[in-house]
Amino acid sequence: MDGVVQLQKQLVDYTASLFHEGFLDEQFNQLQQLQDESNPDFVVEVVSLFFEDSERLLNELGKTLEQKTVDFKKVDAHVHQLKGSSSSIGAQRVQKLCIAFRNCCEELNTEGCLKCLQQVKHEYSLVKNKLETLFKLEQQTIAAGGSIPTL
Amino acid sequence: METARQVFRRNLQENVEVCDGSPELHVLAVDDSLVDRKVIERLLKISSCKVTSVESGTRALQYLGLDGEKGKGSVGFDGLKVNLIMTDYSMPGMTGYELLKKIKQESSVLKEIPVVIMSSENILTRIDRCLEEGAEEYLVKPVKLSDVKRLKDFIMRGEGKDSGETRIRKRRRRDDHSSLPQSVTLSSSPALACDPSSTLMPSSAPSACSSKRAKLCI
Repeated sequence: MDGVVQLQKQLVDYTASLFHEGFLDEQFNQLQQLQDESNPDFVVEVVSLFFEDSERLLNELGKTLEQKTVDFKKVDAHVHQLKGSSSSIGAQRVQKLCIAFRNCCEELNTEGCLKCLQQVKHEYSLVKNKLETLFKLEQQTIAAGGSIPTL
Repeated sequence: METARQVFRRNLQENVEVCDGSPELHVLAVDDSLVDRKVIERLLKISSCKVTSVESGTRALQYLGLDGEKGKGSVGFDGLKVNLIMTDYSMPGMTGYELLKKIKQESSVLKEIPVVIMSSENILTRIDRCLEEGAEEYLVKPVKLSDVKRLKDFIMRGEGKDSGETRIRKRRRRDDHSSLPQSVTLSSSPALACDPSSTLMPSSAPSACSSKRAKLCI
């Protein structure tokens, strides 16, 4: 059973690091608590929705900011949505960047917005990678006969 | 962890059995965000509530029968009485506030249903406006399991009975996290204590349906 124990430790450590580095916050814990035997894939499902939603929004943001006349209301609306969904899954870094992004919108600052968009895209891909790695680790742990340890 | 969750659910079920009439609360959740709808559905289901979730105020009104067919009262299309409405504030088209107003103003039957506003933004004027319009609570997103539990307890106890009690409304959930945007308001008055002097409170006559919850604890 050594393999399982090792996997579980790896999982615990990895998860802890995501919190420690600020990728995830308490809300992610909340989601994990909503998962149980009757809904064993809840977290993966919600996070998948978040991925789809975010990619759509980031796309839209790119298009909106490319227009000759930027519709800042539209930009703000999209960022607001992204801020909301990242908050709902606990993607803390993305959420924080959205706040800065909204400030640029308020200032009608196209350059600033473009910079923010780049940053958000970057953070988003980071957290996406991290979460996908996390889910893989969980799958491996379960496949090896272990259970996902709750922190 | 498991044990705690099981105990929690068992307690909820006990409460449910004590209640007369329908054994489970039926909640109508309104939110344009797919992610948030999924989360609120799960929060409610894990709290033993039936959930119907819709993506807009318009759809919510349709479901409640306010937008067309008359005489449906608080019964949804599937025949289930709605016991609570939880709506997001910021939605394209009809905001949660506008939905709240329609429910409270246009139907003598529907206005009895408690409406809770959910919002990611902790804006005092917005909170006041919602409470003034008759919202039961204003929850700052992301909504927690403890928020849902508290709501459910409140509804199970019966809205009319507690008009004499004072209630503490927790609106800020993340007091220990700095990630909640503070830039919008409240910068001048951090950590507002309970404010019983709010002008929202009508005369103290305890009436079943119009007791306004004006206690604001942030």
